[in-house]
Amino acid sequence: MGATHLPSTEFDGTAIDDQLEADAEAAMGEPPAQMVQLLGPDGKLGTDPVYSEYAQKLDAAKLRGLYADMAAIRRFDVEATALQRQGQLALWVPLTGQEAAQIGSGRASQPQDYIFPTYREHGVALTRNVDLAELLRQFRGVSNGGWNPKDTNFHLYTLVLAAQTLHAVGYAMGIQRDQKLAATSDPARTEPAAAVIAYYGDGASSEGDVHESMVFASSFNAPVVFFCQNNHWAISVPSTVQTRIPLSNRAKGYGFPGVRVDGNDVIAVHAVTEWALDHARQGKGPVLIEAFTYRVGAHTTADDPTKYRQSAEEDSWRAKDPLTRLEKYLRAEGLADDSFFAKVKADGDELAAYVRRTTHDLETPDIRTAFANTYVEAHPLVAEELAWFEEYSAGFAGDESSEEADKEAGNR
Amino acid sequence: MTTMTIAKAINEGLRAALNNNPKSLLMGEDIGPLGGVYRVTDGLIAEFGPERVVDTPLAESGIIGTAIGLALRGYSPVCEIQFDGFVFPGFNQITTQLAKMHARSNGNLTVPVVIRIPYGGGIGSVEHHSESPEALFAHTAGLRIITPSNPHDAYWMIQQAVECQDPIIIFEPKRRYWLKGDVDVQAAGAAGDPFKAHVLREGSDATIVAYGPLVPVALAAANAAAEDGRSVEVIDLRSLSPIDFDTVTTSVEKTGRLIVAHEAPTFGGLGGEIAARISERAFLSLEAPVIRVGGFHMPYPVAKVEEDYLPDIDRILEALDRALAY
Ligand SMILES: Cc1ncc(C[n+]2csc(CCOP(=O)(O)OP(=O)(O)O)c2C)c(N)n1
Repeated sequence: MGATHLPSTEFDGTAIDDQLEADAEAAMGEPPAQMVQLLGPDGKLGTDPVYSEYAQKLDAAKLRGLYADMAAIRRFDVEATALQRQGQLALWVPLTGQEAAQIGSGRASQPQDYIFPTYREHGVALTRNVDLAELLRQFRGVSNGGWNPKDTNFHLYTLVLAAQTLHAVGYAMGIQRDQKLAATSDPARTEPAAAVIAYYGDGASSEGDVHESMVFASSFNAPVVFFCQNNHWAISVPSTVQTRIPLSNRAKGYGFPGVRVDGNDVIAVHAVTEWALDHARQGKGPVLIEAFTYRVGAHTTADDPTKYRQSAEEDSWRAKDPLTRLEKYLRAEGLADDSFFAKVKADGDELAAYVRRTTHDLETPDIRTAFANTYVEAHPLVAEELAWFEEYSAGFAGDESSEEADKEAGNR
Repeated sequence: MTTMTIAKAINEGLRAALNNNPKSLLMGEDIGPLGGVYRVTDGLIAEFGPERVVDTPLAESGIIGTAIGLALRGYSPVCEIQFDGFVFPGFNQITTQLAKMHARSNGNLTVPVVIRIPYGGGIGSVEHHSESPEALFAHTAGLRIITPSNPHDAYWMIQQAVECQDPIIIFEPKRRYWLKGDVDVQAAGAAGDPFKAHVLREGSDATIVAYGPLVPVALAAANAAAEDGRSVEVIDLRSLSPIDFDTVTTSVEKTGRLIVAHEAPTFGGLGGEIAARISERAFLSLEAPVIRVGGFHMPYPVAKVEEDYLPDIDRILEALDRALAY
């Protein structure tokens, strides 16, 4: 057979061009081809040969729960933004627009699964029962974490883009080993199979660590789901600068399935993630999900989106709002009424009040805890510097008491 | 007591660690059937299987990053980096993630990852195969760094590193892999504290501090000086983070003079840190400034001239002369 009969590339050129065109259309507001969508912007539920089966598991109570979660996290987001504006937080990273991607995927996970977020996954945190006030510790500058990941299987936020995707794969490799160890030591023991989800963004997808994590995941068939929230912008840079093909297509190059899902459709996100986690837990290897969504607000409270994008684009995405479309569906199907939505609103205000109240009370740590936590085991340099610090601080003790005495004298 | 090379001692130490700790595993490039490019992991895959001795994809960030994930799940991974100059693709994971995970989790998470890096020159190799990047890691809080100079330490230090709950980098002096010595594999307490310096030779006129590949050079220099009637104390630092300043201070208080020798470039190297600390701690005991002997401020040079680059006996003796001239 002559070389001319061999494919020189996996994709033929026209297919790539078609896809690029479809993507360009998508950017103009048309839904891209080959995207799983169940609940359209009109609030009508469609079908899908694979994922409808999963969507059917969502009964009325669960659907209402998904709505309540999305509304709660949006309300929280508004509150946190306000807290930042009032100087109570150093920075805030808003998630408005991405509620469906986060609540849908987070709610599809099981307690035994382990989640590695980036820094915008407040909605996923909610689904993992992280106290949202604790989540603000990092942004208030009183901690670099704020919660114990072992309590919720929700890892700390990671600010170095993509670093956590490798941690996720390593953790998944650990789950594989645990299963083998358990099987050999006590075959009767049945623990639920577990998987890992790694969250990252369209910008982070360009980082080498994402590539390496996919190579490792594929080579070792690790039970990990890569969940890329393509919110179309990496600070000011559009996703077209990160990729010329749909990000979900990249999975093919690593040898595992990639699915693009409408990230503003909480039912589809839930269904696809549940399927992917099942797939991983059953030992069938990794899956990449690209949630096609949009960051409606600023990248962070330090960002100014008017400098790099058109408000028309933002408006076109607002028309695809994840909450509105689920509300339409719930109302049309008679699954929720005014009293439900009123209760959701009241719960949201209560959550906001709780967060506002507790943020002020978040305790500033003593720097001695940083001395204590730099190493696990005793370390002479840390001990020496701490001893110096204690002596140095003690030198001010007298000053403080005399200052206070002065104040008291003044008050009298 | 058995005699073996440093490479064999690390191999035996890894074997013991894999036997003692069922959650330990080795990860790296070519460490399986080949036994690593220096054969340090020779035979281990046959004994422990590919789940415990993992030939990874060729990706340093991947090796360190997945090791962090495994450690978070309760495992104790030992990563091999093939050569010093190739640790940099993994530098981000080591310095921004591995070193800080315990601190940023407020002490809730531990990542007991061990990273083995063959380092240093003197083997006539091509570029990126002879570097000494230890200061770049020693500067990062949260990491521990040790470097054995003899088979006994190599055998024990690797096992102690696997048991330590902090992340540890072991810089292995590659040009000494074939150095033979006695290893006490049995005696209780033979291990000692891996973070403590050892006084290898007592003396009264000056102290030479060295570590890893330069320890035999420092000892030879001290022997040569003895022929000239100089009594020189030699300290093997063993641990680069933390550094056992107590042992060095005690020695300098006795000898009054200090020379620090390492292969890494002098500028910004650990010699500067040691000089500064000792000046603070033992200023009144010092008869001369602390003198550093190290590599030059240049990329590690081509093999044909590396002898001019590497500190040798004569360079240390020259420094000693300068110190004694004060
Ligand atoms: C390694 C690294 N480089 C740069 C940054 C600064 N930075 C923070 S967020 C961001 C954009 C990330 O975009 P994306 O991955 O799409 O996630 P999104 O913020 O849109 O959720 C950049 C460049 C960083 N945090 N880490």
